[in-house]
Amino acid sequence: MAEAHNLQDLQHQAAVASKVYVQRDYNSGTICRFQTKFPSELEARVDRQQFEETMQTLNNLYAEAEKIGGKSYLEGCLACMTAYTIFLCMETHYEKVLKKIARFIKEQNEKIYAPLGLLLTDPIERGLRVVSFTVPEAHTNKGCFPNATIIPLYVPWALVKSSAL
Amino acid sequence: MNNCEYQQIEPLSLPNPTPPPRPAAVEEEEEKARRKWEVFPGKNRFYCDGRFIVAQQSGVLPLTLGLILVTTVLFFVFDCPFLVKHLTVFIPAIGGVLFVFAVISLLQTSFTDPGILPRATPDEAAYIEKQIDNSGSSTYQPPPRTKEVVINQQVVKLKYCFTCKMFRPPRTSHCSLCDNCVERFDHHCPWVGNCVGKRNYRFFYTFIVSLSFLTAFIFGCVATHLALNTQTINVVFDFSSCTAVELVICFLSVWSILGLSGFHTYLVASNLTTNEDIKGSWSGKSEAEDTGNPYSYNNILTNCCSVLCGPMPPSLIDRRGFVPVEQSSQTVSMEMVLPMPAAKEIKVVGGPTPSQLPPSRALQVPSSPLPATPLSLTGRPQFSCLF
Repeated sequence: MAEAHNLQDLQHQAAVASKVYVQRDYNSGTICRFQTKFPSELEARVDRQQFEETMQTLNNLYAEAEKIGGKSYLEGCLACMTAYTIFLCMETHYEKVLKKIARFIKEQNEKIYAPLGLLLTDPIERGLRVVSFTVPEAHTNKGCFPNATIIPLYVPWALVKSSAL
Repeated sequence: MNNCEYQQIEPLSLPNPTPPPRPAAVEEEEEKARRKWEVFPGKNRFYCDGRFIVAQQSGVLPLTLGLILVTTVLFFVFDCPFLVKHLTVFIPAIGGVLFVFAVISLLQTSFTDPGILPRATPDEAAYIEKQIDNSGSSTYQPPPRTKEVVINQQVVKLKYCFTCKMFRPPRTSHCSLCDNCVERFDHHCPWVGNCVGKRNYRFFYTFIVSLSFLTAFIFGCVATHLALNTQTINVVFDFSSCTAVELVICFLSVWSILGLSGFHTYLVASNLTTNEDIKGSWSGKSEAEDTGNPYSYNNILTNCCSVLCGPMPPSLIDRRGFVPVEQSSQTVSMEMVLPMPAAKEIKVVGGPTPSQLPPSRALQVPSSPLPATPLSLTGRPQFSCLF
């Protein structure tokens, strides 16, 4: 199955080359915030302003989740008084905002990025380390690229088989 | 015969249709697939199908629990009846509340994810290395070990973790016992059998505070019992064994636990971690210039509130999510003409494939998710989140 390994390597290389990662911005401390600097790899694919708007909205949502204010203090004090057992039955504010973020990302993908051939990943699935943009066009390449290599491989195989027979 | 023909065609037509049908088939196979805790690379143990997480060496946790239980039970059995009779009925009530608080917070500290950061996926690690190669000089150098950021006008160095293949966020440290990077790493506590980090620091603090109150309370009650008992004739057996045991345990622990509570109260008030305090990161010992703590709010109350009453961050390791079924093997089977029967077997018997292969290797091969499944993403478990 040498052909299978070659194809998998090609897919792997194509997959690695087609991902763009936006890292965390730690200039404001340990709060969850992503860099809004426009990556050069997305230059031709997406509008700069659109990208910045998406990242800014994401950052605002995470800031809302981690906001230290009256509501979070109330939640914390109540939890402390119940020996934190309230976390077993109640959804925390952070979890509610995470669901909001998931909906926002889905909406962004459907309306903006999928038509451009891009895919935005929810950072929670990467441990809040990165926001990744996947370029699924690599898969259409996967569709045609391996086929382009299969045909030349198939032909000699068929010839060998027929000669063996 | 028509049925046979239809059945023969069906497997061949499965790879071709539009993406939505495939996730349904994948989901069914995912149920036979493993949960993420089963393939977790760190040295942790999981109970109740991934609901509870402890360090590999649970260490002295049974001893801690045993000591607390034994002392409290002895207190209730031998001291409470006397004290209720001579003092007030609130004594066992207070003791009970403190005991419940202490045990619940201990269990929560031990079984909660302390803030483990999942390891970087191979794609991410490659991307970081590629970026460093682009900016750096030679291609064979290992990634630079530090990256500097400015937080609150303070230069903070972020170290690269070679195990987790990422630059550690600020205040994150790699625990060698658990082999994980833990956010806001405080220390690894053998008494509790787990790391103390961002997510369970409040439980840990509640535990030591309630335990110090409990120990002091029991110590006080036993001392009162002794003092009152000298006035009346009593059985020697009572003093020589049980009360003496309680006295010794409480006397020895009250100093250390009170001391620890006091130390952690100072840390909470100044928004420091034990790790930073021990290393002297912000005390300005190593540098001549004034290095203050960039994370502190410079207000004791705000620091306390942010550390203890701040929002509860979620667990990032998604223990109970499913490891995605190998998807690139499916795309290979879809497009390859030659090994079609074999490919179809791989495709149809998607469930056993991940379990046959060692998990880490199985996951590294299909490095990118298919566009189909991510477009239908509704939640975390559907996405590959490699550790």
